[in-house]
Amino acid sequence: MAYSEKVIDHYNNPRNVGTLNKDSKFVGTGLVGAPECGDVMRLQIEVSEDNVITDAKFKTFGCGSAIASSSLATEWLKGKTIDEALSIDNMDIVEELALPPVKIHCSVLAEDAIKSAINDYRVKNGLEAIVLEKSHH
Amino acid sequence: MKQPIYLDNNATTPLDPRVLEAMLPYFTEKFGNAASRNHAFGWVAEEGVDYAREQVAKLIGCTEKEVIFTSGATEADNLAIKGVFEMYKDKGNHIITAVTEHKAVLDTCKHLEKNGARVTYLGVKEDGLVDLAELEAAMTPETILVSIMYGNNEIGVIQPVKEISAIAHKYGALFMTDATQAVGKIPVDVNADGIDLMAFSAHKMYGPKGVGALYVRRKNPRVKVTSQMDGGGHERGMRSGTLNVPGIVGLGKACELCRLEMESETIRLSALRDKLESTLNKMEESYVNGNTQHRLPHVANISFKYVEGEGLMMAMSDLAVSSGSACTSASLEPSYVLKSLGLSDDLAHSSIRYGLGRFTTEEEIDQAIAVTQKAVNHLRELSPLWEMFKEGIDLSKIEWAEH
Repeated sequence: MAYSEKVIDHYNNPRNVGTLNKDSKFVGTGLVGAPECGDVMRLQIEVSEDNVITDAKFKTFGCGSAIASSSLATEWLKGKTIDEALSIDNMDIVEELALPPVKIHCSVLAEDAIKSAINDYRVKNGLEAIVLEKSHH
Repeated sequence: MKQPIYLDNNATTPLDPRVLEAMLPYFTEKFGNAASRNHAFGWVAEEGVDYAREQVAKLIGCTEKEVIFTSGATEADNLAIKGVFEMYKDKGNHIITAVTEHKAVLDTCKHLEKNGARVTYLGVKEDGLVDLAELEAAMTPETILVSIMYGNNEIGVIQPVKEISAIAHKYGALFMTDATQAVGKIPVDVNADGIDLMAFSAHKMYGPKGVGALYVRRKNPRVKVTSQMDGGGHERGMRSGTLNVPGIVGLGKACELCRLEMESETIRLSALRDKLESTLNKMEESYVNGNTQHRLPHVANISFKYVEGEGLMMAMSDLAVSSGSACTSASLEPSYVLKSLGLSDDLAHSSIRYGLGRFTTEEEIDQAIAVTQKAVNHLRELSPLWEMFKEGIDLSKIEWAEH
């Protein structure tokens, strides 16, 4: 399967690879996927007192589309408020990266990772976790 | 050096220029139908086919009359298994095969199950070999056919065909082998190995695509298969259809070259493969899959833990290799062959198959080693699993969100 130029770009030059201090109360960590399914994403956000995402990092085990989806997600998250971040839809990622139908699950995983990171941050700061729709892969 | 480097010779091999040269006249001036018995055009074509049949027979140690030309190994597998099932149905309905077989065998058996066959799918040991005691225990008076491949396409392990055929014969069953990856690569002798039916293909041994053969034993015992296509009764009535003369000539020439060059090629290829494999196996958390004693000289299958195969292949775009990982929404299942060795799904997802060939050079292998090392290191930098492993976290203890 041929990858789109944008996927290849994110794959070759992944943005925001790395690790934030998961014990910090300003950091939310989302770890989604499973090794036996062939993809695991870890996405982390650092949130300021006024609810703005100031930093985002990822590491991903998976195919090129999974790596590109999470790289793109970190790019989009920076500078967004939590509420804005929650509105990122997996289909936005599909569109931006021109993912083929067989790779849509990679974008779903990235959306799950964003929501899971936000929930981790919320719970750490005494807020209720947002109930996530069960996504389908 | 040509880029990308082709290391997927188990999928297909390039056509040897010497084979092409032998084929060319049969497209143009020698275009006759080999079944045209009453003019020179037909005779010339028939001569080409007869000579190819001799070349094929010589490679596998049979007589010319035992070679049935087909469109490839898939058709030969179908003809052998379905043909035996229909021909010997009065004797029994039981077929034994193994879970690591090619889909051409497995799906043919599944098809027959719908038509009243009982099929035993033997598991394999950790090294990919069939357990002979398990095979013997599965034999019944109704067993008409044992179908076990010669060399595996994904991991290259060579099954103990001589021992397997002896067990099949002891219980009065026929022995069939899909030898697509073995014929032309290692010595295969249908008599020494006790083979009754054998499928193979030209394009895995530097011949053209679209042509292969089924060996069908004529003596001790005389084996018959019911034809699967109706028509002009070509190939002793077992496979109708105008013969693909240029393809058959190409298959013949490919067999001849393999026979003449096998000894030196085996030494050269296994040295290159061993260099590739031992260097890559020195990388942390890399694992060689399958038995390393009994296997084809040109295949290496290695898992690089904590990186995913498809992502890895993308980082190795300078190499044409194959991965046991399938990351598509239709199938998140990794290779069934690797899984049947008992590999965990994550290791199966992390596997790369290198298939060397006649045109592989040492320079290319050095390049392949460098590209692989760089790619694995790059992806491990990106891998959360690698980071967790380095921190000493036991990944099996984590509750993963299955999806």
